Amino acid sequence: MKKIFILCLLTFVVQWTFAQAPTAAPVEMADLLRSSGKIYVVIGTISVVFIGLAIYLFSIDKRLSKLEKEHK
Amino acid sequence: MKIKSDWWKILGVVLVLFSLFQGLMGRVPVLPILHETIRNIYYHVPMWFAMVVLFVFNAVYSIKYLSSGNEHHDNIAVESANVGLFLGILGLLTGMLWAKFTWGEAWSNDPKQNSAAIGMLVYLAYFVLRGSLDEAQKRAKISAVYSVFAFPVMIVLLFILPRLTDSLHPGNGGNPGFNKYDMDNQMRMVFYPAVIGWILIGVWVMQIRVRLLEITNQILEN
Repeated sequence: MKKIFILCLLTFVVQWTFAQAPTAAPVEMADLLRSSGKIYVVIGTISVVFIGLAIYLFSIDKRLSKLEKEHK
Repeated sequence: MKIKSDWWKILGVVLVLFSLFQGLMGRVPVLPILHETIRNIYYHVPMWFAMVVLFVFNAVYSIKYLSSGNEHHDNIAVESANVGLFLGILGLLTGMLWAKFTWGEAWSNDPKQNSAAIGMLVYLAYFVLRGSLDEAQKRAKISAVYSVFAFPVMIVLLFILPRLTDSLHPGNGGNPGFNKYDMDNQMRMVFYPAVIGWILIGVWVMQIRVRLLEITNQILEN
């Protein structure tokens, strides 16, 4: 379980290991959004929604397993 | 929840969460027109990958049903088509939204868009066919035969015909898939986990639907 947890944690930081600097280009990207740090709020919102959906799916799965056991 | 048999469900959730997080935080190539919408690759394309995998399930289990006559195989086939169609519709909708802001119009009658829509109709017809037959065994057999023909038609519509003509969609007009200008290796490190994660979640929802269908049938029989 501990190993799985560490593996999960590491998957989230894998991209920070890239050392190359971004090339400067005139194309407009959302640099301001990221520099002000508020993109984390968006990620937080999306994550809450998705984790909620996942928990919902797991609970449906669990309830089904119970039903299946009862009707065996 | 048994870790031994259900680990892939957790893996699917973790991979999608990773793609939600890294898909917004990771660095993307600086491209004109696309700007930050290049990140849609992590969320729009996996819908289609998952759909194709579920339609493969549909075709395989249809063939299995035809050789075995086992009702369980028909249940897997029908629910795979169901979840696959749902993911395909999500793919169409997200594609339309993306197209609106990069191609100028939500629906520009692009070959890829048109053939994807026809592909959806092919599988919609599968359910119309099933709905029109009352007898369970006949329904399973006829729709299984239909599936076997529908699958290659879907593959040709999605992956071959759009490549023969010019299309706005990447991976068409002769190019196989994304090229290095659209997607660099750092993006692939988010893209492939996203694809695998959504495939796993699609299969999971399909499994839940199959179990629901079978337990309902069991209760109704008693």
